[in-house]
Amino acid sequence: MDIVGPLLVQVLVTGLTLGFVYAIIALGYTMVYGVLQLINFAHSEVFVTGAVVGFEAFRILAPVALNAYLKLLIALFAAMLVAGVLNVVIERLAYRPLRGAPRLVPLITAIGVSLILQDLLKFLEGTQGRFNLVYELPTEFNSQLSLPAFVTSLGVRLSVKDILIVVIALLMLAFLNYLVNRTRVGRAIRAVAQDRTTAGLMGIDANRMIALTFLIGGALGGVGGVMFGLQFGTVNAYSGIIPGIKAFTAAVLGGIGSIPGAVLGGLVLGLLENFLGIISIFGSLFQPLSFLQAIGAEYKDIGAFLALILILMLKPQGLLGRGNTEKV
Amino acid sequence: MTAALRPSPRSDRTWLLVGYAAITSFLMLVFEKNLPAVLQSGLLVLFLANLLFAFQWRAAPWARLVVALGSLIVVLPLVGRQNTGIFDLAIQISIFAALALGLNIVVGLAGLLDLGYVAFFAVGAYLWGIFASPQIGRILGNAGLSSVNPNLFWLFLILAIAAAAIVGIVIGLPVLKLRGDYLAIVTLGLGEVIRVLATNLTKYTNGSQGITPIGSAPVPILNSIANSLGFAPEQFNLFFLYFLVLLIILLVIIVNMRLDRSRIGRAWIAIREDEVAAQAMGIPLVRTKLLAFASGASFAGIMGVVFAAKQQFISPESFNFFQSIGVLSMVILGGMGSIPGVILGATVVTLLNLNLLPALSEQIQGAFPGGLNATLDPAQYQRLVFGIILVLMMLFRPEGLLPNVRRKIEMHEGDGAVGAVDSLGDNAERHANDGALTTGRNIGTDSRSPGLATREENDRTGGEK
Repeated sequence: MDIVGPLLVQVLVTGLTLGFVYAIIALGYTMVYGVLQLINFAHSEVFVTGAVVGFEAFRILAPVALNAYLKLLIALFAAMLVAGVLNVVIERLAYRPLRGAPRLVPLITAIGVSLILQDLLKFLEGTQGRFNLVYELPTEFNSQLSLPAFVTSLGVRLSVKDILIVVIALLMLAFLNYLVNRTRVGRAIRAVAQDRTTAGLMGIDANRMIALTFLIGGALGGVGGVMFGLQFGTVNAYSGIIPGIKAFTAAVLGGIGSIPGAVLGGLVLGLLENFLGIISIFGSLFQPLSFLQAIGAEYKDIGAFLALILILMLKPQGLLGRGNTEKV
Repeated sequence: MTAALRPSPRSDRTWLLVGYAAITSFLMLVFEKNLPAVLQSGLLVLFLANLLFAFQWRAAPWARLVVALGSLIVVLPLVGRQNTGIFDLAIQISIFAALALGLNIVVGLAGLLDLGYVAFFAVGAYLWGIFASPQIGRILGNAGLSSVNPNLFWLFLILAIAAAAIVGIVIGLPVLKLRGDYLAIVTLGLGEVIRVLATNLTKYTNGSQGITPIGSAPVPILNSIANSLGFAPEQFNLFFLYFLVLLIILLVIIVNMRLDRSRIGRAWIAIREDEVAAQAMGIPLVRTKLLAFASGASFAGIMGVVFAAKQQFISPESFNFFQSIGVLSMVILGGMGSIPGVILGATVVTLLNLNLLPALSEQIQGAFPGGLNATLDPAQYQRLVFGIILVLMMLFRPEGLLPNVRRKIEMHEGDGAVGAVDSLGDNAERHANDGALTTGRNIGTDSRSPGLATREENDRTGGEK
């Protein structure tokens, strides 16, 4: 019994940090879906591009004597810029010509773009003889925080990285919330999401707003990529697929198109995944639950998929989404 | 490209066809062995074009039949005797063609984008793989048992059809009520679930180590034919599987054609074009979709058995998401809903992946005496090839290389919107021609799309009482 408490607390901590990573990535899915009703399949590669840019930034800055937090800031901005612009380029070349096509046509295109990007990233890093990119982080980020005694007694271990991830995520969310809800541009984006034709009649350039949405979503993806790199330490050209699906699941869980929903969904999914990772331990502790022992940590990915199916069956509009019936 | 494939209806090309087939067959039989790999691939492509021409060109029926059957039944086995690789490739192409035909039912006819299709392939492959290898001995704790009786292979072909269809129904039941794009993601997830299970149920599937060696059925008659032709004993297996695959492909094509023109096929097309209208006309939605799922799955199941027998080794990695996308790109390249198109797509994509790219890398490797940096190895870039196929086809020729006639007519009566194919009809979207900023809908889009129209879907007007 005495190990369960600390274990749960640890799940809570790692689950929340992972959840914030998912949340930031999920925002990219949710925003694009909001304006175009398109599952931007390539978003997973956009976020991996951010992670790769972050890796390169840290690698180039490693010998430079800069404050570690300044390095992080540079990495974040570089990742935001590259990933955001990439997302806009993708939209311009691959999705815009398909406006008005049946919904599955752009989806298939997006899958194609995703595959192309995977191999381009592999090629770019491969020319340097690299495939698995191991983040060379400044040492400060890995140091443990000294916590008050009553917290450590619960078995909580926090490193600077965890705090950084949460702080970055919260800043991003605050900024996004301000942008979408408090500015003219944000209002235009919301108008386009609600009804593109009418927004156009009101003098809003829908194409520009869609491009802007892709820029914001891509930039968020870039930040998510750097956070992913901080959290896991390694990334490669193909490592976007599974987190991509999970982040999409998070977006659906919260209600696709809803910004707070994406965050909530990300956090729930991060916690769920970490909890599933240790569920076998409960099986060994409590006799009646012994069947849980068979569920190893390798099944935690399945948890996300099953969660997705269950949500879509039971509450398709998500936790915070507004339902509507489709009109014919 | 297609201009060449579609001569004017009056020109009769019987002799051109026979001549072309004779020349390419001769080249295949005489020179195939001594050419560098890239030219070998090129020649193989030219030779396989026979089949396409035999199908496409206007020629005397006897000539078309002779060319098609002669190429497949006489020339290819003879070439295979000199070069097992060709044979291997022909079997692979046929396996993927059958898979693509199965997916064509789901995507091309019923308009359900299934991104986890390879899961059903895995069901068939593991079914035979587990029973026809020492794995069965390990499971039963009988180390001496190296396989079930190989003659059970025939039974397992039938079992695989049933098992895959059942898995298709089990997977389909919860998800088929979802709208198109959600369905795609969920099937992707389920495909991964099957792969994770195959990786982790080590007791049964031997995990990521995979299962080997997998046997196949002994067929004495074919073996003696192969023997008299001068095949080595270890190639008898391939010889048998080649003809088995041809037979299955033939069956699959017949089933596909019959389905296409049957009541159920029309119901699928109706669902694809407009779900709500189809339901209003009394088509039971869920049952019809399930049938599409199960039919598509059963083709994959039977091919899984053949695949396991041919490779003699299976592991979860053969059934990942990327393979599903590969099959999808075959369907899209050839033309959704078009049987010859899908076969062409499967041939082109499989040749690219298993033959042209490796041959190209061999050439390049040869050009660099010090060996080549793996980064520049074309064989490493299959994803890129698939991606480019998907994007370019969707942007420029969404109906595919050999489009279905009906689909083509549909395409060109459209509203002129780029790629407004109805082959992936999304019943929620009506093409509104209201100027440049069309959303593709007439009435209120809500950004918070529900993912499925609960009220309508649960409204049992569809006769599914």
